[in-house]
Amino acid sequence: MFKILRKEVLNPTVISITVDAPNAARRAQAGQFIILRVDEDGERVPFTIADADPEKGTVTIIYQVVGATTRKLMELEEGDQLADFAGPLGKPSEIDGENVVVIGGGVGCAIALPTAKAFHEAGKHVDTIVGFRNKDLVILEDKFRNVSDHYYLMSDDGSVGEKGLVTAKLEELIKSGQKIDKVIAIGPLIMMKFVCQLTKQYDIPTIVSMNPIMIDGTGMCGGCRLMVDGKMQFACVDGPDFDGHKVDFDAAMSRNRQYFEKERHDYEETCNLLNQKEAA
Amino acid sequence: MPNMRMDKNPMPAQAPEVRITNVEEVTLGYTPEMAIDEAKRCLGCKHKPCMNGCPVNIHIPDFVARVAEGDFEGAYEIISLTSSLPAICGRVCPQETQCEERCVRGIKGEPVAIGRLERFVADYMREKGAAAGIAPERNGHKVAVVGAGPAGLTAAGDLAKLGYEVTVFEALHTPGGVLMYGIPEFRLPKAIVQHEIQKLRDLGVEIVTDYVVGRSGTIDELVEDGYEAIFVGSGAGLPNFMNMPGEGLKGVYSANEFLTRFNLMKAYKEDAATPIQHPTKTVVVGGGNVAMDAARCARRLGSEVHIVYRRSLEELPARKEEVEHAMEEGIIFDLLNNPVKVHADENGSVKAVECIQMELGEPDESGRRRPIAKEGSNFMMDADCMIMAIGTSPNPLIRQTTEGLETNRKGCLLVNDDEMTTRDGVFAGGDAVTGAATVISAMGAGKKAAAAMDQYIQKKVKAA
Repeated sequence: MFKILRKEVLNPTVISITVDAPNAARRAQAGQFIILRVDEDGERVPFTIADADPEKGTVTIIYQVVGATTRKLMELEEGDQLADFAGPLGKPSEIDGENVVVIGGGVGCAIALPTAKAFHEAGKHVDTIVGFRNKDLVILEDKFRNVSDHYYLMSDDGSVGEKGLVTAKLEELIKSGQKIDKVIAIGPLIMMKFVCQLTKQYDIPTIVSMNPIMIDGTGMCGGCRLMVDGKMQFACVDGPDFDGHKVDFDAAMSRNRQYFEKERHDYEETCNLLNQKEAA
Repeated sequence: MPNMRMDKNPMPAQAPEVRITNVEEVTLGYTPEMAIDEAKRCLGCKHKPCMNGCPVNIHIPDFVARVAEGDFEGAYEIISLTSSLPAICGRVCPQETQCEERCVRGIKGEPVAIGRLERFVADYMREKGAAAGIAPERNGHKVAVVGAGPAGLTAAGDLAKLGYEVTVFEALHTPGGVLMYGIPEFRLPKAIVQHEIQKLRDLGVEIVTDYVVGRSGTIDELVEDGYEAIFVGSGAGLPNFMNMPGEGLKGVYSANEFLTRFNLMKAYKEDAATPIQHPTKTVVVGGGNVAMDAARCARRLGSEVHIVYRRSLEELPARKEEVEHAMEEGIIFDLLNNPVKVHADENGSVKAVECIQMELGEPDESGRRRPIAKEGSNFMMDADCMIMAIGTSPNPLIRQTTEGLETNRKGCLLVNDDEMTTRDGVFAGGDAVTGAATVISAMGAGKKAAAAMDQYIQKKVKAA
């Protein structure tokens, strides 16, 4: 069992938890992830490592409540236990390139932060562009500022930062003649796809962190397979970072919807169940 | 007087039309009367040919003689001398090519049902709530086992019996390997697997789950942590695909994924948290035991199921019993066919599998007749699910993260006659060495490696 040591609500649907998991903490690096099960009957779900402290033996993950499992996870408080917490999994991000732009979309910012931090600590020039739907959803602003040479905050409705999409800001930077060796985009598939379409025009190497459906996370099932440069890759062992210009995003988006109906049904059931419990 | 009847006592089983509606075990096992009667068919040969066919060398005629006397406890003690997992072996071993193949009674009739008797004895003792073995005195030496599948569990059991302090590192949340995620509940009930594993824990074996060797820690770190010898039994869990167009579509699974969802995550249950597709028409590609397991699982989810295999019935690598069970359950065999392309509907899900007809040519290096595609014979099979069961390879994670661990070109770890890898003190066995093989051959390798590890450590002690 793995104890939740700290819980912090970052915005109405995004929560950070720090878990006592020495084996996962010891060798964790930016870009890697863990797989957890909330309880003995739970499903296995991947979450990117947002932070890890090898000395204290702790791993922090940041999650958004989107379905039954994350809804159940939200119910847990400090001191509660998770049934399973395995990791670190996947390949660490490659920290190379002198001038990089790290782009985070929505809860993907939680995943972009450790990567930005790793570049910053390696002495690189790091600009970050983060995007949210509106001001209530903004997370980790101070932490991003601390590891960025420039921090650009975008919102869809203009309620905070600048109005517009992350791609608009990126294009502005490119057109201003800023030197960019590499772009790292982390967030919803659709955002990563559009970032890649843009950078391809300017021939800027772009790394994306893919988020397919996973079960074991150790390379034994291929549920997370993607087509990259026409070759089949398993995101859990060959990634999750890939050359964004070679990823087949449309196929990846289609695969991620495979269990959509069951997921929605389970979410509604879980919500009803938890609401009844609260009412009782 | 031996019982000279030619045939084995048949084993009671659930009727096919009933069992496809549930996941309960298909075969029901012998009653004590059936077991005693069957055991009396053994002639008690002096040269014990059956024993040579058993990869873990169970003293077969001795235990069978006890069963014939009704001394089931005595029989269990004899089995336990050499086997740690009899309830499992009795169920999943291909006895027809092992112990029973060499049985003298098999020359003129059917061999003695050794597997069924082993299973009976293990089940009888479990149901009786037999006390677990007592943990032996510790010898003060630490060993590590990587992977809690059949090879690792067998090695761990043998080493614990010799007094070693054994820690098993397992990547998944439940130990058992293929016994838990691969072989279905209706062939090998998971409660039985966990009972056998609990017996190992009672012997003092510590099992650390959620620990991915190669990521959470490395082989080198285990050495630094004071493990004097390490056994790698990480299996061959990496699924093969055919690299044909459409394999990325929704509804295409590797058998490993489909079986893991079904068995380990219990996705067949209505209230399971883990989803699985409930297909209408499934194409399973391949002809081994894994293909049979996947097909029978899909059948239990209510699907019509076709097995597409590129050779003929004669070459099917699956056990005869599994093929018979699959046929009884209404699974359709489309032999001498091979898929070439998966076609999508407007949502990116499987709509049809395009196949090509095959014919058999001259035998190849493996001695099997080579399948050749008949040009222009392409045809479509409607399906909403396809499961790829065309084999697996060793997972590269450990060899990629360990210096000096040599493999062959298929990624299988190289070992010497003592099951030692090219790294001193690091042993390996099972599918990690052979590529995908059988549960019992993995157990045999685990057993052999445990003995070699004991010798290796004892030699070092003497030298010091």
